[in-house]
Amino acid sequence: MTEIGLGHYLTLGAVIFSIGIIGIFLNRKNIIVILMSIELILLAVNINLVAFSIFLGDLAGQVFTLFILTVAAAEAAIGLAIIVVYYRNSGTIRVEEIDQLKG
Amino acid sequence: MENLNLILPEVFISLSIMFLLILGVFIKNSSKLIFNASLLILLITSVITLNETFTINRITLFKNSLVIDYMASLMKIITLLAAFLALVISSNYLKTFKIFKIEYPILILSSVLGMMVMISSNDLMVFYMGLELQSLALYVLTTFNRDQLKSSEAGLKYFVLSALSSGLLLYGCSLIYGFSGSTNFDIISSQLNSNEYVLTFGIVFILVGLAFKISAVPFHMWAPDVYEGSPTSVTLFFTMVPKIAALTVFIRFLYVPFLNLIDQWQMIIIFLSIASMLFGAIAAIGQTNIKRLIAYSSIGHIGYTLAGLATGSNEGIQSSIIYILIYIIMNLALFSCLLMLRRNNQYYEEIDDLSGLSKNHPLLSLSLLVILFSLAGIPPLAGFFAKFYIFKGVIEQSMYFLAITGLLSTVIAAFYYLRIIKIIYFDKEKEKYDDDHSLWLKFSLTFSTILILLYFIFPGQLINVVSRINII
Repeated sequence: MTEIGLGHYLTLGAVIFSIGIIGIFLNRKNIIVILMSIELILLAVNINLVAFSIFLGDLAGQVFTLFILTVAAAEAAIGLAIIVVYYRNSGTIRVEEIDQLKG
Repeated sequence: MENLNLILPEVFISLSIMFLLILGVFIKNSSKLIFNASLLILLITSVITLNETFTINRITLFKNSLVIDYMASLMKIITLLAAFLALVISSNYLKTFKIFKIEYPILILSSVLGMMVMISSNDLMVFYMGLELQSLALYVLTTFNRDQLKSSEAGLKYFVLSALSSGLLLYGCSLIYGFSGSTNFDIISSQLNSNEYVLTFGIVFILVGLAFKISAVPFHMWAPDVYEGSPTSVTLFFTMVPKIAALTVFIRFLYVPFLNLIDQWQMIIIFLSIASMLFGAIAAIGQTNIKRLIAYSSIGHIGYTLAGLATGSNEGIQSSIIYILIYIIMNLALFSCLLMLRRNNQYYEEIDDLSGLSKNHPLLSLSLLVILFSLAGIPPLAGFFAKFYIFKGVIEQSMYFLAITGLLSTVIAAFYYLRIIKIIYFDKEKEKYDDDHSLWLKFSLTFSTILILLYFIFPGQLINVVSRINII
């Protein structure tokens, strides 16, 4: 059995982070998916921070994670509210149809 | 026991926010009361900041996570006053669009609170919390005219891109934390050594996140849409207030934890600066909407500010701060003019609506002339001196390429500013606009125009105020 070290956690974090970024830029369908991708990015950061915190023997990383979790919840709430407002005005949340403002 | 007097401004403003919220719940139709109370709170907070912290050299609080120094106090006062002016001149606009609600001033107050925390931050955690408090309030403000498709679309775009940039910034923070072992700026700066290439990754991520916030090219794509879509009063707030806080954080990040790695970030900042200056100048040429044009011009102006930061010298930092201050004053004047373009309860924001303005409104056109000349950087107006200080700092560090690009983009940018002046003075006149503006709107336009006009008589005052900022 190989020992699971810091490198494994960082790789996992990097992979999830990349999935989140790619999810935002490749997705042409639905804004909810973008919201999920943003959550993924924040979770990847949390994995990183907790792993670092364990391997450094320093609590600050875990405290930071708790802060990020709280902020992510608030952000998701506001994001969903904005999506609802947008949907009421336009009747759609398809990404490719969000094109009123351009130039 | 910490000296809580030093964070009295933040404590006061947060208690006031809660008090106002309760007031809004219990008293019916209290939007006017809360609006005026918020204005008063902004003023009182700036007086408290002036009294309690202005004279202090450098003190850190709460295990080094907050820093109170001259730059922080100065920037806080400027933030508060800018927020005050942005709020006070927008009351008529808000009433016209029926968004004069209790939430508006409270959201402004909370984003100002976030900015004050950001400005004082000396720790990644504190910085992140301040940043998020600021942006969460700004998301809602952008969407504030919620029955309008444009406003909600602007809010949606701002939310997605800003949340993405926060994510990038956080990823950078996590890397920095992991490889330096602390979230504190001072400890990071003593732990960093430039051989760690992972740290470069962290710095790049953080810089990308911050560049998003100040809308520097290539991370500017949200700015034109958000500026155009959101209500004009919010756009005014956007162009003035968050820029100050973001610039302060930029300075703190670059010059406190990462000063030893200047070789690695200097090229990035130079690139951001050159790209913003050129793009801001070129992309603004084809615009027809004034708010969109202001967005591109603000991208260009951020480029000049970054040029000052790229120098790595105290003079460069000071010239950047002077630049952003003068830019704020010019923006205040420009938006006061924009808020005066009202006819029968409707606001006009296309460039064509300005055509022939000089026939009906000679005074308004004259101040627009002064403002636009100043934005274009024509002597002896304030905008010229701002650019002059930046280029002086840049040339002293022998970065000639940066200076030449800056000068070239000034020339390009002058084209579209002068085109507006031509439209105002030589095109066919339109119907007359309303004259019954609020006293504050007239005051802010007169005040800022006079400041722009007469800056060259007393340039020493502003330089004296800023020259006490010594970061390095």
